[in-house]
Parts: sequence; C-alpha cells; structure tokens
Amino acid sequence: MPTRTVLVGSASGLHARPAALFVAEAAKQPMLVTIRTGDKKPVPARSMLAVLSLGAKKGTEVTLEADGDGAQDAVDTLADLLERDLDAADA
Amino acid sequence: MRELRGIGASPGAAAGPVYRLAPPPALPPLAQTFDPGAEKAAVRAAVLAVAADLARRADTARDATAAEVLRAQVMMVQDETLIDAADVAIDGGADAPHAITDVLAVHRAAFEAAGGYLAERVSDLDDLRDRLVAACLGLPMPGVPNPGHPYLLIARDLAPADTAGLETALVLGLVTAEGGPTSHTAILARTLGIPAVVRCAGILDVTDGALATLDGASGVVVAGVSTETVTTVNAARLAEIERRARSQGPGRTADGHPIALLANIGSARDLTGEVEGVGLFRTELLYLDRNDPPSHEEQVAAYRDVFAALPGRKIVVRTLDAGADKPLPFLRLADEPNPALGVRGLRVARQTPAVLTTQLAAIATAAAAADADVWVMAPMVATAAEAAAFTESCREHGLPTAGVMIEVPAAALRASQMLCHADFLSIGTNDLSQYTFAADRMCGDLADLLDPWQPALIALLASCAAAGVEVGKPVGVCGESAADPDFALVLAGLGITSLSMAPRSIPAVRESLAAHTLDECRQIAEAALAAPSPAAARAAAPAASRQLPLGGGTGSPR
Repeated sequence: MPTRTVLVGSASGLHARPAALFVAEAAKQPMLVTIRTGDKKPVPARSMLAVLSLGAKKGTEVTLEADGDGAQDAVDTLADLLERDLDAADA
Repeated sequence: MRELRGIGASPGAAAGPVYRLAPPPALPPLAQTFDPGAEKAAVRAAVLAVAADLARRADTARDATAAEVLRAQVMMVQDETLIDAADVAIDGGADAPHAITDVLAVHRAAFEAAGGYLAERVSDLDDLRDRLVAACLGLPMPGVPNPGHPYLLIARDLAPADTAGLETALVLGLVTAEGGPTSHTAILARTLGIPAVVRCAGILDVTDGALATLDGASGVVVAGVSTETVTTVNAARLAEIERRARSQGPGRTADGHPIALLANIGSARDLTGEVEGVGLFRTELLYLDRNDPPSHEEQVAAYRDVFAALPGRKIVVRTLDAGADKPLPFLRLADEPNPALGVRGLRVARQTPAVLTTQLAAIATAAAAADADVWVMAPMVATAAEAAAFTESCREHGLPTAGVMIEVPAAALRASQMLCHADFLSIGTNDLSQYTFAADRMCGDLADLLDPWQPALIALLASCAAAGVEVGKPVGVCGESAADPDFALVLAGLGITSLSMAPRSIPAVRESLAAHTLDECRQIAEAALAAPSPAAARAAAPAASRQLPLGGGTGSPR
C-alpha cells in the first residue's frame, strides 16, 4: 500500500490556511487517503476536524497512506503539498 | 409607539429594525425516548443550516481574517466524520444535541492538548457546537444576527467575543438591557462610532424586526416607529457624519487655546483619518489569546507599525495593563477574590519584572527606528515611589518621556508628588471613577455612580490638572469621558491639556471646543465643580456658557 512520511513544511503547522488547503486537496482524490502522526490512529485526510486535531506543527513527521488505483499519485500529491510552506504568500 | 429609557452610551441617533443577539443555547436534559432515525436526520439538517449560514457570512465578511475563520468553520461543520461520529453516538443512546456536543468535545480536548494556535481556536469549535445545538432545538442562531440589511442590534449585554466580527456597515445602533456607560458595549460603540444606549430594561420585549429609533445622547429608545421616521432619522445622522468628516485640524478653543485631541488605539488598524497623535496606545492586544508572551521582535514590529504611521506625532504607549480581571496565562497570576483590587497593571512587575523590561526595551527599539515622539506610561500606579521607579526604568531603557496614569484615588490625591518624577499624567477616568466610588465598572446597577459628571470625580480631575499647571507639565484625560463633547469643555476649563478618545469621537469634541472660549470653559468647569449632583452639573455647564456676554456658547452640538 503506497505510503509516504514527510515533515510538515508550513510555518504555522498543519492548521489554519495550510489545513484548509490540505483538506480541500484530499477531498479531490478519488480514494480515501489517511494521515497519522507517529504511531497514532490514522484519520481521514479529508476530515478538517480530524486533521486539525492531529495538532501537527512545522517539522512534525506525518504519514500518508492510501489504497487502490492511483493511490501512489494521491499520496504523492498530498505529501508534496505538506512539505511546502503553505503560509507563504505564493502558496 | 413605546418609549423606553436607558443611559446614552455613544452619541448619535439611529433607526431601523431591531434584531437580537441570541445567547448560546442551554443543553436540555437528555431525551428519555426518541427515534434514532429522526435524531440522525436532525443532525444532518442542522449541519446543512449552519454550513449555509456560515458560508453566507464568509461571503459577506469585509475582513479577510474573519472570512478565513468562517470558511474554516464551514469545512469543520461539513466534515463527514462529524455526521458519522454523531450517528454512532445516537445509536449509543444520545439525542441529536447531545451527540453533537459529545462529538465536538472530543475534538475540543484534542485542540486543547495540542496547545498553541489550536488551543486558541477552541472558541471556534464552541461556536459551532452552539450553532448546531440551536439549529437542532429550533432556537435562533446564537451570536450577532445577520439579516442581510442594516439594523439595530439589541442584546442583554455584549461580550468582546460577540462583537469580534461585528459588521459596522450593517449595525446602525446598539441597545442593551444591561451594562453601563463604561462597559464593553459602550466602549466598542464609541470606538466604532455607532450610537448606543445601555441599561434599557424594556428592550428585550421588543420583537425582532420591529422598527425603532435610539438617541445615544439622551438614552431614549422608541419602539414601533414608522418607516418615514426611520428614513428621516438616518438621513439626519448621515448628514451629521458627513459634516463631521469635513472637520479638520488640531483641537483648540474659540480663542485659539490648544487642547490636543488624541486617539485611543489598540493597533495601527484603529488609526482612521488624520489625528494629532495617540494619547493611549493599549498594548494588550499583542498579549491576548496566547500561551506565551510576545517576543521582543514581535513587539518591535507591532510598535513600529504604529510609530511609522504617525511620523513627527506624539504617541503615548501604555505598558501592559493585565491582571486577574484580564488574565494572561503566562503571567500565572493567582485567582483573586477582588481582581480589580489585585495584582494588575504596573503591579504585575512586582512578580514578573521581565514582562515590563522586555516591553520597555521593545518600545525603545521601535522608537529609535521611527520619527514619532514616543511617550510611555504605566497603568495602575498608586504611589509616588512607584512613579519614580517606573520613570527611572524608562530612562534606563532610553525612553525620554515617561509618565503615569492616574486611575487610583491615592495617586490623584498626590498628583504633585507624582509630577516630581513623571513627565506627564494621563487620567483614566473609567478606572478612577470605579475606584473613587467603589463601584465596579461592569456593574450596571451602579452606572449612576460611574457618571463622569459626579462632582467628586470632577474635584479629583481639578486637583490633577492644577498640579500640572503649577509645574508646567501636561495632564491629559484618556478615559471615555473625554469623548463627551460637553464634558470636554469642563476638562479644558480645569486645565487639562489633551483629550484622548476613540478616533471617531474626535470631530464632535473638536466642534464643541471650537464653539467656546477658554474663559467660557473655565466658567463651565467652575459651575460643574460647584454643582451638588451629576444632573445639576450637566445642567449647569451649558447654562454657565450661555450667561457669558461674548457668546458662541450655545451649548454644544450633540
């Protein structure tokens, strides 16, 4: 099952604007993508409440996972997004 | 038509349909028997209604930050996991309101545990919960109403959180059943330039949508007026606003005696239009809603924003005014039985001196990089020794002009001694009233004691002003009373050298001063000082100015 572990790149962490952009992108993917921090329970990446509740800050290690056709693409798209600083003006 | 009486809290007239700020719904006892299918449907209906309402607010919000918060709330409420988890809770025996409350409580705990920014967003979750529960129970949406057209906002009282997203283009006036002239509602209304009446007992009996007028000077509210009346009142108000918008220039009496008219601000955003300077820069905003104190760099940036906006102008920065009544987590202040009488303002430096020294250093750094004439003052000073210690600390940090606020009667009684050390005094009449009359500012039942026209308060103001005149040092007023166009004449007559107020209040005070000579102001002040009661002082003031042969004094326009 395609998996990627990345560090959150946004200055403010995975909340506010970065979380909104990430959740919106996750909702566009054709299958369910999950996100987790450390060994905690994976939560749906398209759930705003669950993603916020991760409390991921800049530099927190998060793991994305998905299954099915195109899962690798979905995981890569979201992982790339997470690594960028989404607080930056051009994001 | 029904005439209701309250206390005028922000001058001006307004008219329109009234809509109330609904309180957050109370969670009813758990329903003993219910149909799980119906409860699940209720959750879905509530989600749709709340999401639509928040989305509409986000689309119409003028403030970009407010819109972003609202859009994030829409994403939270539309979260599929919310409905899934609510379904599970309902299958486990909860009705719709309890299911929503329980599900959001889990996220609330996670937000709090994460700390930092997320812990500060807990209020967004609480707001969502209140909205969803209200929708389930068929109650009006809590919070500021949004009828989509201009209206008069009515409420029991307003808390800062209620009014954070207030759309000033839509809210023509405010009427509250409780509160007093120095309550949050009143201060907010004057800051935004919205006419307001507080302590209007009957207002909550008026139904939503009924047409009403309010007079923020006299405190009279009339419910059940005609559409024509509404049009007439609002047209007159608009004409007054346009006329005042054209008023310009520094404050002075009819014979040219200068009385500086300064602005009370909390950040650079509050600076609207041209001002002579800032008489009260409240620095609390930087410290609120956070778990750690702002860094030196963060403070420098915020102060520089304000200083850069007013090159060459005077800006009086008040050091942090926090205490148990305005708690800040990082100060770790103990709970106190009487917060207003506890460790607040300058007193915080007794326990945590670093907060003050960091702030003074940041102000000095920002001041060094700007052209503004930066003054610094401390709140809640009680003794000359405190004034000496504070001014010395300012000078050590390279801040040349240091003063103290006069809010405590002990300090007012020793104004001359304060001025042995301080370069200036700034009288905070709201707190000085509270402490002189032993009447809580937030206690609406005692609003009459907090009236700035109380002779005892005027006597304290007079002795502070006289102390300043004697040594040639400035004594200003930065309390709400400075914004009263009539009371401003009293203050000028007492020898007060500057008046600081919400920027929007300045034009009316400027007009009032320009219509009176300094001699007239002195006579008005004498009459007010000699009056036996606030009502007599109010009545005596314009009468004193009318008796003068030189004229110009026909009372002030309000």
